[in-house]
Amino acid sequence: MQLRLTEDQQSLRTTTTKYLSSAVPVGQLRKLREHPAGFEEEYWRQGTELGWTSLLVPERRGGGSVSGRALVDATLLAHEFGRHAAPGPFLSCNLAAAALGAADPAGHDDVLGDLLSGSSVVSWCFAERGPAGHRPEGLALQIAFEGDEPVVNGEKRPVEAAAQASHLLVSGRSAGGFSQVLVPVDTPGVSMEPMHCVDLTRRFWTVRFDDVRLPRHAVVGEAGGSGRQLEAQLRAGLVLLAAESVGAMERAFDMTVEWAFDRYTFGRPLASYQELKHRFADMKTWLEAGHAITDAAAEAVDGNDEGVEELVSIAAAFVGQYGAELVQDCVQIHGGIGLTYEHDLHLFLRRVTLNRALLGTPALHRRHIAALLAEDEAR
Amino acid sequence: MTDGAVEDVASFSRRARAWIESNLELLDPAAYERAFRTDLSEEEELAEVSRERRLQRVLYDAGFAGICVPTAYGGRGLTPAHQRAFNEALTGYEFPARIQSPTFAPCLSVVLEFGTEEHKRAHVPAILRGEELWMQLLSEPGGGSDVAGALTTAVRDGDQWVLNGSKIWTTGAWWSDWALCLARTNWDVPKHRGLTVFILPLRQPGIEIHRIEMLNGSKEFCQEFLTDVVVPDSDRIGEVDDGWTVGVRWMFHERMLYESPLVTFSTSVSRSFASTSYTSLARAAGRLDDPSAQELVGEARMLDVVNERLHERIGQAVASGLVNDQVAAVARLFKGVASARTRTIAFELAGTTGAAWGPDDGPLVDRGADFLMRQTGSIGGGTTEMARNVISERVLGMPRERSADRDIPFRDVPRGPSGDRRHG
Ligand SMILES: Cc1cc2nc3c(=O)[nH]c(=O)nc-3n(C[C@H](O)[C@H](O)[C@H](O)COP(=O)(O)OP(=O)(O)OC[C@H]3O[C@@H](n4cnc5c(N)ncnc54)[C@H](O)[C@@H]3O)c2cc1C
Repeated sequence: MQLRLTEDQQSLRTTTTKYLSSAVPVGQLRKLREHPAGFEEEYWRQGTELGWTSLLVPERRGGGSVSGRALVDATLLAHEFGRHAAPGPFLSCNLAAAALGAADPAGHDDVLGDLLSGSSVVSWCFAERGPAGHRPEGLALQIAFEGDEPVVNGEKRPVEAAAQASHLLVSGRSAGGFSQVLVPVDTPGVSMEPMHCVDLTRRFWTVRFDDVRLPRHAVVGEAGGSGRQLEAQLRAGLVLLAAESVGAMERAFDMTVEWAFDRYTFGRPLASYQELKHRFADMKTWLEAGHAITDAAAEAVDGNDEGVEELVSIAAAFVGQYGAELVQDCVQIHGGIGLTYEHDLHLFLRRVTLNRALLGTPALHRRHIAALLAEDEAR
Repeated sequence: MTDGAVEDVASFSRRARAWIESNLELLDPAAYERAFRTDLSEEEELAEVSRERRLQRVLYDAGFAGICVPTAYGGRGLTPAHQRAFNEALTGYEFPARIQSPTFAPCLSVVLEFGTEEHKRAHVPAILRGEELWMQLLSEPGGGSDVAGALTTAVRDGDQWVLNGSKIWTTGAWWSDWALCLARTNWDVPKHRGLTVFILPLRQPGIEIHRIEMLNGSKEFCQEFLTDVVVPDSDRIGEVDDGWTVGVRWMFHERMLYESPLVTFSTSVSRSFASTSYTSLARAAGRLDDPSAQELVGEARMLDVVNERLHERIGQAVASGLVNDQVAAVARLFKGVASARTRTIAFELAGTTGAAWGPDDGPLVDRGADFLMRQTGSIGGGTTEMARNVISERVLGMPRERSADRDIPFRDVPRGPSGDRRHG
């Protein structure tokens, strides 16, 4: 998280912290394990009153950041989501809202309005099966045009909260580039199947589109010209995932430090063994580095800085790798109890595990960094 | 500026850029690497040092040396933001790389923080002009991690002190001028309470400097033998027996090296561990399209960039008092571990050529030799283990390690396994 917050940012953060602590304490998270959506509608609706879906939407479309740096603001919330392993389609709704808010020509005011007020959910259908399915250039789903009416064919997975959504924002390939369309879930040709997920409260579906025919106004932004917007959503998504994971790392780390002071073996606290102290030092270093690189990436996205794409992949690669390592080491230092359902640690392990893979694994991001470097040098 | 107004950073930066472009040469990455390499003859090494002294003088004459040093001591009295802007502007240009550390940080930092008015007037301008290169005489053959266990002894003789002992691991002491030296002034109190810091010229009859050959053939490390070296009491830094107060800050400044507002460096090169790009290594090895090589290139780049951002964050957090000084150890630990990893990656990318190379192997040359010296970055400047101790004990508040030297007179502290001093 940012070292220094403005007063508005501080209050954005603390209202969400307080709300999450009271609405979804760990006991509630366990109850939600059996819940088909993984979150209560009312929980989500109240959360949106705290700005959960509005930060990445421009003011003229009903949203607004608190500091003028929209993604930085959103990372503050993502961080708290991580610290609480909070339920809800935060990522998907924010990226869909960002797409609708940025669309030119503007449209879909009603859907955007519902998204902002929390009365409906929109799922972003981006990733696909296969090794390149987390990058735009690897997408296979087709958005063809008959006249100016889009026809969608293909499969998306994992899609968050698809069964709760009123609409799906689908990104796909068109002649000459990428398009995005907004698809009401009850459109003929849309079918979905639930997936299993490592997270306790997050739900994902495989969504198929078989000859899904849409009216012209279903197009979000420019038909065949939405490549940049798609990249922008992806970057924002990666940064939010990293910020959330850093929150989860922080919580797991704090819990484990406390445990190390309380747990005694051989008449001494764990915290007095140098082997373990050194592991804590390593973890602390990864945690601080995770904060540093995530904040840098968020700022670069907001400033549209040179090199932003690389920085985002660096954040994804680093936090993906070291986030999971850190929490697994926390499990190790807890001993047997760390592997139980009863203990809270797994809530955070689940979250970093999900985020590590959702929009490309660390290994894929490392290769992306290398590709960008090679491109850069060829220039 | 003559009217006393502080030049704003933007205009300073423009002025710096313009001056740099017309007065400095573009940096030759190979030459930069060589600054930390081994194959220079004694004459070549000395020639490089003289060149850097001249370069420092050029910076001074142009008003770009000691940007954050008070004007009373020959500096410009500006802010860390100005120094950062200058370092940014230096991107891609030559700068006096080998003489930054330890002269400007930690030595200059310590002199500015603890030195007397006379020390500052005598030495700070000379440092800024490239006339005085400094060393830190801290580590001893008997131990570097346990710095406060120094055996080099200073005995008072009227208004002067007489020093005897040996210091070690000073890079480039044989071509340096002055040094900060931590010495024991009292053996009858616990170790931290019997230390004092002095400054002294290195070129004098009482100091014999031996060069040590490292495993890669480098002879830049030195050992100093001090025999009846006389230091006037006026060249004491800080109070008698209170050298640890100075020492703690001294080591803090050392850890903060690239975050120090006193250090001039070209932002683009100094913080990454290798100026030769990982991509060019993969290309030279014919592995640009090999996915496993791509992963390694990506990982190395990731570590470089994260290291840079982490240092920035911690530098800002410490400078603005949001966290205590000890957090600097977090940056130190990351850098040590990451530098070992990136050297391993460079060696790995080089493949067989890493172990045996020919003169035309371009960027792959010497990667194996670098690998041999891989741990340098995890030992120099205090080891990564010591950083881990600091983080766990001083940042996270975990119990201190048991030590056998606390609260007893230093002379009774066990210093080896011999005789009845053996413990365990
Ligand atoms: C590139 C470089 C530049 C240097 N520059 C200087 C310089 O300018 N001036 C100077 O004075 N020195 C300098 N040094 C020396 C350096 O500071 C020491 O080498 C370092 O502090 C370690 O001390 P030592 O070599 O005596 O090892 P020791 O202190 O004997 O340590 C041996 C090993 O034991 C570990 N260890 C020791 N104590 C503990 C403990 N309590 N807990 C866990 N592990 C422990 C250490 O981490 C290390 O792995 C430099 C070294 C290098 C490599």
